Amino acid sequence: MHTLYNFVSGPLAWLAFIIFFGGSIYKIVSMMKLAKKKDTAVYEYWDGYYALRSILRWITPFATVNWRKNPVMTVVTFAFHICLVIAPIFLCAHVLLVKEAFDISWWYLPDGVTDIMALIVIFSCGYFLYRRKTKAEVKFLTSSSDYWLLLMVVAPFATGFWAYHQLFGYNLMFILHMLSGEIMLAAIPFTRLSHMLYAIFTRGYIGSEFGAVRHARDW
Amino acid sequence: MGEPLLKTETRDIGLDTGMAKLTPEKIEKVINEVLENETGAKLKVYVDTCVHCGLCSEGCHYYMSNDKNPIYSPAGKVKQTIWEILDKKGKVSPEFIRRAAEIAYTECNLCKRCAMYCPFGIDVAYLMLVVRRICHKLGVIPQYIQDTAHSHAATMNQMWVKEEEWIDTLFWQEEEAAEEIENLRIPLDKEGAEIMYSVIGPEPKFRAQLIYEVAVIMNAAGLDWTMPSMPGWDNSDMAMYTGDNELMGRLKKEHFEAAERLKVKKIVMGECGHAFRSVYDMGNRQLGWKMPPVRMVHALEFYYELFKAGKIKIPEKYSKGVTLHDPCNVIRGRGLHEMSRYTVNKICSNFIEMTPNREHNYCCCAGGGVINCGPPFRNKRVVSDRVKAEQLMAAKEKGAEVVIAPCHNCHGGLEDIIDHYKLDMELKFLCDIIYEVMEKPE
Ligand code: SF4
Ligand code: SF4
Ligand code: SF4
Repeated sequence: MHTLYNFVSGPLAWLAFIIFFGGSIYKIVSMMKLAKKKDTAVYEYWDGYYALRSILRWITPFATVNWRKNPVMTVVTFAFHICLVIAPIFLCAHVLLVKEAFDISWWYLPDGVTDIMALIVIFSCGYFLYRRKTKAEVKFLTSSSDYWLLLMVVAPFATGFWAYHQLFGYNLMFILHMLSGEIMLAAIPFTRLSHMLYAIFTRGYIGSEFGAVRHARDW
Repeated sequence: MGEPLLKTETRDIGLDTGMAKLTPEKIEKVINEVLENETGAKLKVYVDTCVHCGLCSEGCHYYMSNDKNPIYSPAGKVKQTIWEILDKKGKVSPEFIRRAAEIAYTECNLCKRCAMYCPFGIDVAYLMLVVRRICHKLGVIPQYIQDTAHSHAATMNQMWVKEEEWIDTLFWQEEEAAEEIENLRIPLDKEGAEIMYSVIGPEPKFRAQLIYEVAVIMNAAGLDWTMPSMPGWDNSDMAMYTGDNELMGRLKKEHFEAAERLKVKKIVMGECGHAFRSVYDMGNRQLGWKMPPVRMVHALEFYYELFKAGKIKIPEKYSKGVTLHDPCNVIRGRGLHEMSRYTVNKICSNFIEMTPNREHNYCCCAGGGVINCGPPFRNKRVVSDRVKAEQLMAAKEKGAEVVIAPCHNCHGGLEDIIDHYKLDMELKFLCDIIYEVMEKPE
């Protein structure tokens, strides 16, 4: 158990971060290069002002027609994404870990808050699953990879929650928590989780086209 | 894999014979050529970014009109075509290609409404154009639209109009007009004129009165204008919609060059949406022009400028209740919605908005070349735009008797919708009304 712990919290963690950062940079740079070669229009029509206009619109809850049309999804997806990013970065235990290892630290959230955030992520994933299963238009688009993706995202939060509350078998859960977190991190650049990297480009590009060329709104 | 949801297809000679000539090897080769040479980061990123959330569904009138059948959702159409093609690396069957062609050519108007509903702004119209490009290269194209592309290739216009036929039509309209207004001219090939006026192929063929009306408007406004007698007069472009990008480039070159030869300051074009997309968005890009080399003014902008400058007088406004259709290609494509409203309010006293409107207006379901795929697909097209009929109905209940559709395709599409759903509404171009109510010189 102990060696496994050391392995998962040591080399594997390093590896996960390297794959995440390296992979992300690689993906973005290679796509930019490919675009330069094959989709020059993307560079030609990119317009910072309109790209930002579109991005800001779409990251504001209820600011677009479609966000307003789907209030439940809007609330859930915004809450989910905020918690997903904020909770792990500002979790007290994570901050302490980093301080111990590298002697750098930052502000952190009270445990009660991150606890609720973890629950929000877990329940949001439940909602996404429910949506996939019940809504015909989502079901039609769903393949097994979508379920794996969901599992990959929910796992670190569910196991983290479990371990934090010292429920039955929490030592094992703790290891699984680290492992699943590492898997998710490493998977971001190479699965559809990469929408996290690409979203600003796709949104920004259509925003540029709509704004600067078509003189129309895109929300 | 959703197989049972796939519908039986409509018979079409172009699709059927095209499919019969395919072999798996040819399909694989062509697909990989297109993917390799003509697509890049855009396609990859769109496919990787789509999280299969289905939020784009309600953006599409096909989906909304067919009882929310998921095969018609924007991402649903991508799933049935590009995803599968990429998954199988081009190893798909002739039947698959036929179905993909039917989806891309007849179940999507390339109207880009869904891009305003997808949180990532994924451009499904672009993806459907990639499918059309593949189908074009494989020769699996609905017969009717391919015929118009052939016409473009052979005559440089969409309707097999011969050169003398074109000139005759203009003379004939000039004569007609002269009965009403003495000295009215349709100046041909006038070098150095300020405006070159261009129209789509079907105008001289079926709707010559529109040229007449515009001639009267130009005359009343005292404008220095001309029309080319040589090829290049037709600004339409079905090649853009069949996936024949090379032909699209040829057509646009001819059109721009006609203007360059005549040394005009700008091209004003008639009330057509797809032609505007072709000169302003797609054809120019094919030729390497970021923006068109000549200033392109769509009719809606042209009328707006005329009224803004007070060049046309309206003694008495049109009094019937009117509603206004927003053609995707010049609204989502060029943002002319406020200009068209300005004009409508100048000439009509009773304007009733239909909802949703402006950028969110529903397409007429004729666009993207769908109406040009002809009779085999007419029924599907009309049934697939029930939401448009409901939109019109609601406007009618508020008192609209007339629908203004400032786009040729929209006109055709709405005509069928009005007929099928028994809406009993009149359909007009904007210039029909301007002509009717304007003050005409003697
Ligand atoms: S018809 Fe319009 S809304 Fe529907 S998929 Fe095509 S582009 Fe999108
Ligand atoms: S295209 Fe956009 S809205 Fe549609 S399923 Fe994909 S990510 Fe969702
Ligand atoms: S025909 Fe009209 S409504 Fe339909 S796509 Fe073209 S511009 Fe849009």
